[in-house]
Amino acid sequence: MKADVLIIGGGGAGVSAALHLAKRGTRVVLLERGLIGGQASGVNHGGVRQQGRHPAEIPLAIRSRRLWSNIQELCGADVEFDPCGHLKLARNAEQEADLLRWNEMAKGYGLETTMFGRNAIRADYPYFGEAVIAGSLLADDGSANPRLLAPALARMARAAGATLLENHKVEAIEAGFRVLANGQEFTAPILLNTAGFWGGAIAAQFGEPVPVEALNPNMLVTEPLPFFCPVNVGVVGGDVYLRQISRGNVIFGGGRGESDPSLPRSRPLPEPGFLAMQKAVEIIPRLEGALIIRSWTGIDGGMPDALPVMGWSRTTPGLLHAFGFSGHGFMLGPAVGEILSELVLDGRTDIPLEAFDIARFNGQDGPEPDVWKTRLE
Amino acid sequence: MSVVVVGAGPAGVRAVERLVEAGIRPIWIEESPDGGGRVFQKPPPGFSRDAKALYGADASRAAAIHATVARLRAQVDWRPGTLVWNLRPGPRLLNTQGPDGTKAEVAYDRVILCTGAMDRALPIPGWTKPGVTGLGAAQIALKAQGLAIGRQVALCGTGPLLLLLAWQLTKAGAPPALVLESAGWARTLRAAPGLAWNPVGALRGLAWRAALRRRGVRIRTGALPLRVEGTDKVEALVWRDARGEHRTEVDGVAIGYGLKPETQLADLAGVPFSFDGLQRLWLPERDRAGRTAVPGVYLAGDGASIGGSVVAELAGTRAALAVIEDAGGHVDPLETDMIHRRLWLEARFRAALERAFPYPAEHAAAMPDETLLCRCEAITAGELRGTDAPEVNRGKAFTRIGMGRCQGRVCGPAGAEVLAAARGCDIRDVGRLRGQMPVKPVVMA
Repeated sequence: MKADVLIIGGGGAGVSAALHLAKRGTRVVLLERGLIGGQASGVNHGGVRQQGRHPAEIPLAIRSRRLWSNIQELCGADVEFDPCGHLKLARNAEQEADLLRWNEMAKGYGLETTMFGRNAIRADYPYFGEAVIAGSLLADDGSANPRLLAPALARMARAAGATLLENHKVEAIEAGFRVLANGQEFTAPILLNTAGFWGGAIAAQFGEPVPVEALNPNMLVTEPLPFFCPVNVGVVGGDVYLRQISRGNVIFGGGRGESDPSLPRSRPLPEPGFLAMQKAVEIIPRLEGALIIRSWTGIDGGMPDALPVMGWSRTTPGLLHAFGFSGHGFMLGPAVGEILSELVLDGRTDIPLEAFDIARFNGQDGPEPDVWKTRLE
Repeated sequence: MSVVVVGAGPAGVRAVERLVEAGIRPIWIEESPDGGGRVFQKPPPGFSRDAKALYGADASRAAAIHATVARLRAQVDWRPGTLVWNLRPGPRLLNTQGPDGTKAEVAYDRVILCTGAMDRALPIPGWTKPGVTGLGAAQIALKAQGLAIGRQVALCGTGPLLLLLAWQLTKAGAPPALVLESAGWARTLRAAPGLAWNPVGALRGLAWRAALRRRGVRIRTGALPLRVEGTDKVEALVWRDARGEHRTEVDGVAIGYGLKPETQLADLAGVPFSFDGLQRLWLPERDRAGRTAVPGVYLAGDGASIGGSVVAELAGTRAALAVIEDAGGHVDPLETDMIHRRLWLEARFRAALERAFPYPAEHAAAMPDETLLCRCEAITAGELRGTDAPEVNRGKAFTRIGMGRCQGRVCGPAGAEVLAAARGCDIRDVGRLRGQMPVKPVVMA
């Protein structure tokens, strides 16, 4: 099968690229080893958050946030986007100073935050415990349902003429590009590597290995509780994050599960779950005694500097990378796809991508594959 | 060697008994406060109905199981009121929650999972109204505290439990107003030769039926419940049989189409599952001794495959022998041979029972769009049908069906029927729900 652009990886970045490219008349084929949005894009916390990001990611996040304002139109479905605000909490003076520093920096990008001190935060958010001493609200942030977004974007991409093939595991890739999957050959002059954690293996094959790690968010959810928390909650340090959905369940996470990406299989672990529970109860004491009904995880690609690899290959003409979003990719997906389509079709984009250049790793390799399998058997 | 037995129903009791005989002191974990399992459910302290009234023809078996539990408790590390909510096959660990909510980690070299079974639900419009319960749950209410679920009760289901419960309620002075057996007579007759593998069991069924008819209990065969009516409680059951649609005023409804193994721990262990066409369920694979493909994990009783309490006792003993054998101990081949032979006979009878009293899959598949399929998350059958999900985990991701408190234990099988019919594919092709810890809700502390 011939295409203008081949995409490997049907997460948020890949399906969004397929959609934006197909909308502009490009013949796109996307190959996904499992189901669309089955790993990092489908199992994450669902934060639509600009707050707290590395300065290099802020322009990307701001551009994506604009797309989120019309997300229902973009993906043709209600993905439960709720611009409820993101409140980041400090639990000591040092963390409070952290919040202030970030707010000052973000002002330069036009992001406005509201700072709450020890008394103000309890007046406005009476459910926080004594551990919380300050908080910073970015009112424009929010959340959405990660299980719905990538499949919805995929439906729109298909409607726009893209070919998205699930259960198509790539068996071989050659420059040029010729890709073998499910015994079928796919060719295209442009190849997009949006394969998440597995994007590292593709880059390595083209002579530019990167130190990507499997990152498994350890997620938990409570039974439905009376609704009390209309805002997304994070903390400086990121050891716990939580939000309450309208049905009343509190979704929270912290720490990591375990995985074997070669299968691929992943599972949440009890110990990080206990720790996240403890941290959650510290900031919201009324969660004590709530029932945990479910846990889950998936496999994301984590980079050592927690920034994605995004941009053209340094070794192979026509190869364009966008992977390793290190746990922050869900919110960026809509813009990442649009930017990839611009790089392919216009040769440029207005978002600075230097910080995401694959060259920053100088061909430094990641851990050996058997390190992935640290615990899962 | 650390041996753990999960569950103190008939399978768990016999497994522990045999392990103790071999000089092993297992850790014995049971979710409820006492042993016996659901089949030999004990009344709470202070209740005085005698064993004959509670367990009928099985009274002596119940007494034997209870006596064995009482005797064994002192010889093992007995942990009642304790939930096993996670199993990690790599490091061989169980996570438990004790009666006071305390979490603990239990290491095992070998674990026998005797996790039992639960009612297999068939959601119909109105099934979430107060006054509707499971057939097995209604039986437990009767056994444990002598409670009938109403004054005018309809029982809907199939298989031995339906008539047994009808008979038990009748004997207790609360005869059901209506008994709806989904299987038709023609089907039962076709299966009759197979049922002869257990003549006593088969005759018992006939005797219950005759006794109920004598007492004037209305039994309808080939009959299915359509919907429960009532504003905030059960007021009537609308049902149909070959003669058409009927409406019967009742104040309680129990629904249960056979039982469904509690396979979540086997799933977390990574035991391979295969589809059982007769039970129409995904079941964990094991050999006839109860060994699985996962090192150190053994299965016995209704938690592996529905076989009833007699099979559970045999399978529990057999799994314990497998543990002893695999640990290098001596096992008498005559003993294992005898168990295999009895299990083989029971399996023939069970297969005939499944053929005679199948899950009404087509009725589940055809449930009206407005039926609350997933009661935890309030998801209707129509919502599931409306997705483009090719399999059940996608259906769950898109609609939240099976994401609530029960994690799909209640709605899973019926949901799979609905999705398979909507996709026009075989039930196998929509797969099964992936399990995640915790197996049941655990307290956040």
